[in-house]
Amino acid sequence: MHIMEGFLPVKHAIGWSIASAPFVAFGLRSINKRIKEKPEQRMLLGVAAAFTFVLSALKMPSVTGSCSHPTGTGLGAILFGPAAMAPIGAVVLLFQAILLAHGGITTLGANIFSMAVVGPFAAAAIYRFAKTARLPFGLSVFLAASLGDLLTYVTTSLQLALAFPDPVGGIAASFVKFATVFALTQIPLAISEGFLTVIVFNALVRFNPQELKEMNVVTAQEVQA
Amino acid sequence: MKRHQNLLMMIAVVVLVAVPLWMVHKPAPGPDGKDVEIFRGADDQAKDVISQLAPGYHPWFKPLMEPPSGEIGSLLFALQAALGAGFIGYYLGMSVTRARMRREFDKEAQC
Repeated sequence: MHIMEGFLPVKHAIGWSIASAPFVAFGLRSINKRIKEKPEQRMLLGVAAAFTFVLSALKMPSVTGSCSHPTGTGLGAILFGPAAMAPIGAVVLLFQAILLAHGGITTLGANIFSMAVVGPFAAAAIYRFAKTARLPFGLSVFLAASLGDLLTYVTTSLQLALAFPDPVGGIAASFVKFATVFALTQIPLAISEGFLTVIVFNALVRFNPQELKEMNVVTAQEVQA
Repeated sequence: MKRHQNLLMMIAVVVLVAVPLWMVHKPAPGPDGKDVEIFRGADDQAKDVISQLAPGYHPWFKPLMEPPSGEIGSLLFALQAALGAGFIGYYLGMSVTRARMRREFDKEAQC
């Protein structure tokens, strides 16, 4: 989902940066506040960041014959709320932009918006919705993580379509082209991300039930089950 | 049951990664004799789509630093994954031990 350095027109680059900045700022505040109130959650926040580090480094092959990577933002979005993931995603993207020439400084705002804003917000909303619908815990986590991942790539496709509309078919035709590259490739990877997130969550529920209960991520019955 | 479920999910991930490798075949070189690459990065392919849609577009900014070779690039990606995995492993290991010690402590307290 990395839009390469320089590949967004100046206006779009600035626009997406302005759109992402408040999320990163608000996320930083929410993380600071939480660590001050509950310093014991610092390690778990590290796990959320580490998970994003791992998953976004894994470039996996897909049935479309190209490679892409999962995002790993669903885990943290469910644990700490979507806002916390904006600065964490921004750190990962900055690391890759500066050291790896993967993504870029000028496209950082747009990439933060897709991976660290839309993905986590979608994941957290889907998780909450799944819980209200009384879906089982594992299934809720799976849906949240995999759909959050997929929506990140749909967002990237939309960002590129807005910047490069098709001369004939306009934004819609261009969106289809970019979505074929990104979103279609992403489907098996999103499923993988869903499974990996559930595996980590199963471990957390088993060994850290107290923390998760305090954070209102799981209910007492789910810990027992 | 839970352990069973985790194992099945891990196998599913491996299968999801392995199946494309086996399913996608390298097409024959095109009429221009150029070798067709498979399993390129989707980010790179997006670049191709951009040059199709807007042939006149030139990127207006260059990466500040580029890994000098593909090897160095994979070194940094491996480092990124290793740091993350290392931390998760440390935390889970710590949690397992803590949970066990808690259980033992409770048992002793009951005696």
